[in-house]
Amino acid sequence: MEQVKRVVFDEERCKGCELCTTVCPKNIVKMADRINSHGYHPAEVAAQEECISCGLCAMICPDVVIRVYRPE
Amino acid sequence: MKLVAGYPDSLTEKPFHYCPGCTHGIIHRLVAEVIDELGIREETIGVAPVGCSVLAYEYFDVDMFEASHGRAPAVATGVKRVHPDKIVFTYQGDGDLASIGTAEIIHAANRGEKITTIFVNNAIYGMTGGQMAPTTLVGQKTTTSPFGRDTNTAGHPIKISEMLSVLDGSAYIARVSVHDPKHIRQAKKAIKKAFQVQIEGKGFALVEVLSACPTNWGMAPVEAVKWLADNMVPTYPLGEFKEVE
Ligand SMILES: Cc1ncc(C[n+]2csc(CCOP(=O)(O)OP(=O)(O)O)c2C)c(N)n1
Ligand code: SF4
Ligand code: SF4
Ligand code: SF4
Repeated sequence: MEQVKRVVFDEERCKGCELCTTVCPKNIVKMADRINSHGYHPAEVAAQEECISCGLCAMICPDVVIRVYRPE
Repeated sequence: MKLVAGYPDSLTEKPFHYCPGCTHGIIHRLVAEVIDELGIREETIGVAPVGCSVLAYEYFDVDMFEASHGRAPAVATGVKRVHPDKIVFTYQGDGDLASIGTAEIIHAANRGEKITTIFVNNAIYGMTGGQMAPTTLVGQKTTTSPFGRDTNTAGHPIKISEMLSVLDGSAYIARVSVHDPKHIRQAKKAIKKAFQVQIEGKGFALVEVLSACPTNWGMAPVEAVKWLADNMVPTYPLGEFKEVE
């Protein structure tokens, strides 16, 4: 079955500010080693299964990068 | 899957030009979410300032004006009086509102203009390279106060929310912050009230939002929001200063 993501990053909008990494209660938002086309390291969540869909990472993101979903 | 945090309809798709970690972006999103939730996108007219948010008209997907420096409340007064059925807001920085535009904001509030002002206080002139603003903290180093703001020569941080709350024309005045999710949630509530006050025709509404300028504060974004919480909040107490029933 396809893994459905809870947290989705519009990576090209990310400016690597790291604010989202400081608010996650599960501490799963990390900065990636790769860089986007603007030269920023984007934030990402690899451990999607640990996400509780609290939305805090999206709330503090200044660049509206993050969409958060909750299973119905 | 249900969407719990998404992209507001009242923002265009255009990525913000702001520096990494600049909280102007959070405040833009909150204003757009409030416009969405109140269902007023087709009725809303915004007025952009001079300052880093000079291009706000590129980001809000509503009708927008661009005012000259500090004059957004005067422009908004004209718009609202010609279109009393529209929802009119200004978005202004502290250099714009609390320095060159002090007269305009005081008299718009005192006249009880039925407009909503989002006042972004980042304690500095961002766009022009970090000069001292009337809102700069005592002792804060800026390019024009390299040894820190000295109250002997430069006076004290100006408290706009407190000042406007004593005017009879103001109906809702609040100061909020966006340094963490809890405060961002409170900021959104205050912004929503400030639009509702206008919808109900009660009078002038302003929300002062304490905001970070990592670039001109010379800090990384994570450090800047901490500095905001530790230094700006004690100088500029948060809360609702005025709420007319
Ligand atoms: C009449 C006039 N005077 C001065 C300026 C230069 N100027 C541009 S932006 C600005 C201050 C912006 O600071 P603020 O309103 O705090 O907004 P920020 O950039 O920090 O968001 C100044 C003085 C101008 N554009 N027009
Ligand atoms: S939604 Fe909450 S738990 Fe999930 S990544 Fe974001 S902050 Fe962490
Ligand atoms: S808060 Fe937004 S812009 Fe900043 S690193 Fe996280 S996703 Fe990127
Ligand atoms: S200079 Fe400051 S206020 Fe302007 S975009 Fe950069 S961080 Fe934001």
